[in-house]
Amino acid sequence: MAPIAPIALTVNGKNHRVDVEPRTLLVELLRENLRLTGTHVGCDTSQCGACTVWVDGKSVKSCSMLAMEADGAEVTTIEGLAENGELHPMQAAFHACHGLQCGFCTPGMVMSAAELVRRTPHPSEGEVRHWLEGNLCRCTGYHNIVRAVLEAAERIAGGPR
Amino acid sequence: MSAAGGQGMGAAVLRKEDRRFLLGKGRYTDDLQLHEQSWAVFVRSPHAHAAIRSIDAAKALAAPGVLAVLTGDDVAADGLGGIPCGWQIKNKDGSVMVEPPHPALAQGKVRHAGDPVAMVIAETKAQAKDAAQLVEVDYDPLPAVAHLPAAVAPGAAQVWDEAPGNVCFDWHLGDAAATDAEFARAARVVALDLVNNRVAPNAIEPRAANGHYDAAEDRYTLYTTSQNPHLIRLLLGAFTLKVPEHKLRVVAPDVGGGFGSKIFHYAEELLVLWASKRVGRPVKWTAERSESFLSDAHGRDHVTHAELALDGDGKFRALRVRTLANLGAYLSTFAPAIPTYLHGTLLSGPYVIPAIYVEVKAIFTHTVPVDAVRGAGRPEATYLLERLVDKAARETGADRVEIRRKNLIQPDQFPYQTPVALQYDVGDYQATLDMALQSIDYGKFAERRAASEKRGKLRGFGISTFIEACGIAPSALVGALGARAGLYEAASLRVHPTGSVTVFTGTHSHGQGHETTFAQLVVEKLGIPFENVEVVHGDTDRIPFGMGTYGSRSAAVGGTAIVKAMDKIVDKGKKVAAHLLEASVADVEFADGKFRVAGTDREKTFAEVAFAAYVPHNYPIETVEPGLEDSSFYDPKNFTFPAGCHAVEVEVDPETGVVDVVDVAIADDVGVIINPMIVDGQAHGGLAHGIGQALYEECVYDPEGQLLSGSFMSYCMPRAADLPMFRVGNHATACTHNLTGIKGVGEMGAIGVPPAVINAVLDALAPLGVETIDMPATPEKVWRAIRAAGGGA
Repeated sequence: MAPIAPIALTVNGKNHRVDVEPRTLLVELLRENLRLTGTHVGCDTSQCGACTVWVDGKSVKSCSMLAMEADGAEVTTIEGLAENGELHPMQAAFHACHGLQCGFCTPGMVMSAAELVRRTPHPSEGEVRHWLEGNLCRCTGYHNIVRAVLEAAERIAGGPR
Repeated sequence: MSAAGGQGMGAAVLRKEDRRFLLGKGRYTDDLQLHEQSWAVFVRSPHAHAAIRSIDAAKALAAPGVLAVLTGDDVAADGLGGIPCGWQIKNKDGSVMVEPPHPALAQGKVRHAGDPVAMVIAETKAQAKDAAQLVEVDYDPLPAVAHLPAAVAPGAAQVWDEAPGNVCFDWHLGDAAATDAEFARAARVVALDLVNNRVAPNAIEPRAANGHYDAAEDRYTLYTTSQNPHLIRLLLGAFTLKVPEHKLRVVAPDVGGGFGSKIFHYAEELLVLWASKRVGRPVKWTAERSESFLSDAHGRDHVTHAELALDGDGKFRALRVRTLANLGAYLSTFAPAIPTYLHGTLLSGPYVIPAIYVEVKAIFTHTVPVDAVRGAGRPEATYLLERLVDKAARETGADRVEIRRKNLIQPDQFPYQTPVALQYDVGDYQATLDMALQSIDYGKFAERRAASEKRGKLRGFGISTFIEACGIAPSALVGALGARAGLYEAASLRVHPTGSVTVFTGTHSHGQGHETTFAQLVVEKLGIPFENVEVVHGDTDRIPFGMGTYGSRSAAVGGTAIVKAMDKIVDKGKKVAAHLLEASVADVEFADGKFRVAGTDREKTFAEVAFAAYVPHNYPIETVEPGLEDSSFYDPKNFTFPAGCHAVEVEVDPETGVVDVVDVAIADDVGVIINPMIVDGQAHGGLAHGIGQALYEECVYDPEGQLLSGSFMSYCMPRAADLPMFRVGNHATACTHNLTGIKGVGEMGAIGVPPAVINAVLDALAPLGVETIDMPATPEKVWRAIRAAGGGA
């Protein structure tokens, strides 16, 4: 039996102290221990990006990080993105542009794309497509996802409408 | 257009379902954690073919948290039924196909890598995974065969004793003699050998199932990633678990994409229910992606020889097709129907071809079962036809567009009876051809080609004109073809006392947006606000019945069932309104949400009539029952026939073989459109899927049956940077035989675009002397083709 160790981390602004096995992945901690099931698992080789969250402000595939590595970190998941029920501009743009169908890749797409726009406030279509290479979608052909990210960038750069 | 706030038919209404997905509040099967939840992990065969000498579970049973280890012997002892096949195909001689057993856990032998051998159930997923490693299975490996045509060669390893030569069935369709006669007098014959590459469905949500047996109620509940919960309940009830339907509830909650792979009844669905009763706890299983590659049904995998006969004017006279179709090791639910009734019947395409003869031999191999993947049979038919047409143009010196235009069925030829069983009701194939050419600005292609050449790139233009058969399926027709179930659809409408409406549909939405589009149907018909409509799907305890979502059928068949149910509601509402308005029923009209006495301003709103039906003090109680709820089962009269034209431009780098899809313009006729935003979205996804098949995706087996492309590291999925923006146009002709005029849209991209991509690649490579290439046209394959043709440095 693998030893259990306690870690402390902040998730969506809430402090947690959790006992984890050394092999527990961050995504398992989020989904199973904390029951934050908005973060999804679509593969076992860190290719699909459905599990993308922010760790200390940077987007990370939470399947590629041990929970213990998140000791002391500040984690934001898709559940923590909207404020007071109001969608983040990236979420709002995905809705407005029909950037989601089955919704399974969506949390990872949104978390990843939001970081792109933070880093590159005015991305080109090519930059958006290149950035999203680590996020797979089978439904949308990426067309409306790319449109959504470009629109969100405009909304964010232009301030609240 | 609609009366009610522009949210009826034809309006690009934003989706209701988005909010929960965007907030991370979707409810997918794996998200659900039941009280006292336990976990299952499957031990799967590492061999493609082996005898099981023994299974020793002692160490696994002793591992921490393990509740049970179950094997094929337990499955047999408890009398579980084998996984059934829904379709039966007859051989040329009238005998029926070989239908081998498909036990839920392997018994005696394993027949593909990934075949489940044992099921380990433990307190946690990690414990189940650890213990699964401790199950000792003693295998005696046997020779295996994975590929066509190797599986039909003399001396090939045999998958089933009862299927000599690995042949499941040997089927044909069409008039062989008439076809031969046309070939004998043809001015020109064009022939091609083609491979339609094997693909994995890869919905981003892996399959999952959570089974719960409630001993107090003696009742089973299954949560599963399914496109058709009622069909799963039917198969569980009648064939596998063998308990009556009232003891069985199947819930398909939010499902993260299907693409066909979640139609079928899989062993895991049966096993988690059965195991739950055995261990007295709910049992959950969720596939890991590598397990999905080894257990989700794959698609395509055809090897085909096709010939087209033309007369001296370039008119098509006959088509002859010989196909080997790989079915894998076991028959999946729809498998035999795919290379036959969804492929052979489609071979006339959008063209007048007086004689067609097709032979399909379906072959067992030691591979994962093959069944429907987005398009299912129709992409294979379209691909071979459109490749042949391009080759005919090249060999006869005809223009690729003009040869198509010359042979398309003309608008005044409908209804058009093909030589391969289908009767197309309506279409306008010239219009979609013109629209796509205009959209891609075909007239200026030569200029763009010259510009690419200056940059050292080879530019190619490719096109496909195609039809599909959707809205599956008319029971009478498919019953005659061998289906063992009719593919009608059911809908119920509950009007609540204050006039809001709940729609219960037997279709299932796993990305298609039915909660929005079906609400639009209600807004259009009943004239009530969009916000007052709720659409419920995916739960056999809430929805009376249904056949589910596949074959682009939901709007055409399920939508028509909803409209029929609404007609009954309106009819009853008129009787109530007539009473309230002191008029005769014949004088009451219903429009814009109001029952009105014709020619007067006397009216009652839909909500007022609903209220009267539930509080029937002033009511025609002698002749009309209280309440306002009705349902409908709709069995379509024919398939629907969406059609269109897909045009593609590619740039090939002759140094590296990399193909860049630079432009995609399509024009489709999907019939009447409920929501253009959603229709375009379906087109985008289908196009990406089709481009994926054409350029990137392939399930690669080694000759011994080991899957070499078993993860997203080795199976190339199309990514955002691989694709351009798509130009999507529509030109609708309304379906003539359903109430909505809808034809269906879900598969079109995957059907129409692969040959357009390959035709474009071959057009680009033609100057170098490359004449053919198989999908996927990877950089390596393109580079080798260029070298083999003597081109390049």
